[in-house]
Amino acid sequence: MDILSSLMDGFATALTPMNLLYALIGVLLGTAVGVLPGIGPAMTVALLLPVTSVLEPTSAFIMFAGIYYGGMFGGSTTSILLNTPGESSSVITAIEGNLMAKAGKAAQALATAAIGSFVAGTIGTALLVVFAPIVVQFAVSLGSPSYFAIMVLALLAVTAVLGSSRLRGFASLGLGLAIGLVGLDIVSGQARLTFGLPLLADGLDVVVVAVAIFAVGEALWVAAHLRRTPLQIIPVGRPFMGKQDWKRSWKPWLRGTAYGFPFGALPAGGAEIPTFLSYVTEKRLTKHPEEFGKGAIEGVAGPEAANNAAAAGTLTPMLALGLPTNATAAVMLAAFVQFGIQPGPLLFENEGPLVWALIASLFIGNFLLLLVNLPLAPVWAKLLRLPRPYLYAGILFFATLGAYSVNLQAFDLVILLVLGTLGFMMRRYGLPVLPLILGVILGPRLEKQLRQTLQLSAGDVSGLWSEPIAIVVYIIVALVLLWPLLFKAWRRARPRTAAAVAGGTVAGGPAAAGSTADRPPADGPTASDATPANHGQEKS
Amino acid sequence: MSIIVGYVPTPEGAAALNRAISEAQKNQSRLVIVNSSRGDALVDKRYVQAEDLTAVTQRLEKEGVEHLVLQPVRGNDAANEVLDAAEEYQADLIVIGLRKRTPVGKLIMGSTAQQILLEASCPVLAVKAGA
Repeated sequence: MDILSSLMDGFATALTPMNLLYALIGVLLGTAVGVLPGIGPAMTVALLLPVTSVLEPTSAFIMFAGIYYGGMFGGSTTSILLNTPGESSSVITAIEGNLMAKAGKAAQALATAAIGSFVAGTIGTALLVVFAPIVVQFAVSLGSPSYFAIMVLALLAVTAVLGSSRLRGFASLGLGLAIGLVGLDIVSGQARLTFGLPLLADGLDVVVVAVAIFAVGEALWVAAHLRRTPLQIIPVGRPFMGKQDWKRSWKPWLRGTAYGFPFGALPAGGAEIPTFLSYVTEKRLTKHPEEFGKGAIEGVAGPEAANNAAAAGTLTPMLALGLPTNATAAVMLAAFVQFGIQPGPLLFENEGPLVWALIASLFIGNFLLLLVNLPLAPVWAKLLRLPRPYLYAGILFFATLGAYSVNLQAFDLVILLVLGTLGFMMRRYGLPVLPLILGVILGPRLEKQLRQTLQLSAGDVSGLWSEPIAIVVYIIVALVLLWPLLFKAWRRARPRTAAAVAGGTVAGGPAAAGSTADRPPADGPTASDATPANHGQEKS
Repeated sequence: MSIIVGYVPTPEGAAALNRAISEAQKNQSRLVIVNSSRGDALVDKRYVQAEDLTAVTQRLEKEGVEHLVLQPVRGNDAANEVLDAAEEYQADLIVIGLRKRTPVGKLIMGSTAQQILLEASCPVLAVKAGA
């Protein structure tokens, strides 16, 4: 009952007119950036960080929560009407959704996506309410060695499992950790990577780094690929669903939620794998197999539910452990730090009212999104007619203003440009952005835990595996790292059976998690969608 | 010799196309259809998609007009694309559609038609919707 009363307090905070207004702003902004390919919630939250520093932390987070969920909702509109995923997690939705729209069922596709997202988001948030405190109870008992191990696992898993190339992932992670090292050593006070510049002694501001990598890098990348043949958007009226559509949608929604939440909550979560799994499951279980590939409603309902449930799931490790596993959560974590709030297991205890208001606002935001999305989908689609030069000029302007306003130092603008160029080059050479931003944000905390561990064990390396949980986590780390090697060796030894099994397990539901994770499902559709703008943001 | 028509899928554009077809039939000249986009937005309603385009070309074939369709996406605005095409294909007539625009709207948005009228080196025939 303790949880329930805290949650009710949260609702009381989130339902004040001012906070409701921020939730609405967040939801509208989130949907807008979700609809536009190439601009994601991570970039938006990063751009808003400097602006929100004058707000109450609670209001700021209520707005961020709206943006986060809104991005998920908005992405599906673009996928369905334009066959260009607005977000990486709606890649799968684009397959069946666009076919449905072409077959004249755009209204039903949009409706099942929006209502499915609402159902999954609400269930996912409820699961978050249940599980986050449990995880916290477990997490407060963890010592530095275990915590360090879990952070290593999260970093490696995000780097190695998501994205197409491990090498590029690790290169990106290395860059991020290096950026995180800049500044004074926390224990000895020695200057690291400051190149003798006193301005670098405080380290790089995470806000500036996030704005540079997400906003400036992406804007430069889009500017470099500005012209493309315009697509035609499929005209649509007000989304609605018939009785038959409801009948065919509700089971995929629930199954999608069941896939999405656990994958989102895992350190190497992300929304791509569960949406893919959900699609494959629906394809196998459907009573209308002849419609798959021609626009089946199940193929939209399941993946859309999965991606929203994953979005809720991602918040579990973020709030309970201080471990972000996607780009938006990472930037929100940076926001915690900006407000002087210590993320981690103690967050619920120290900042209870804020966290519960944030969770309550997720419920409210979900509901607002349904209201905003169902009748207004055609209006949102109009956003796609915006000339992109205006849009990206605006983003660059905001990015510059924001980066300057953090510390009112012209030097930050130099950093912004340098790192913005880095972000551009990363997109140019296909390096995922997420490991870098995680490296920057988690790097210093990782180091702190490592130093603490080693101080406790008086410099003895064995202190790192002095706790049983740490050992278990290291074994998982080893498995994550060695998995592709083992898989390859096994495949080489028994080429035929392996191929047959791989084909079979994809349809085999949860058991296939490992094997599908190894060949990122998002890759196929992403590569074929030929949207340069998506390239960088897709990974986040 | 050829006739250039600036075509957009609107009533004005259709009127211009109709008139251009009858002019081309009268003079036995080649019809060059220009439909361009700057290509800076993800969706451009004024850029003709494949299906609509086949409808147009089928109609031209039926009417027996020698034709050429240009769909440049080079970041230039429509007026420049029409003028470029007029120069390249030695046009003896440009046909465009006109629509009503308030003085303020024209001040802010500029006028494609005005630019073509002023800068073209051949006669320009301006058609209104429903004419």
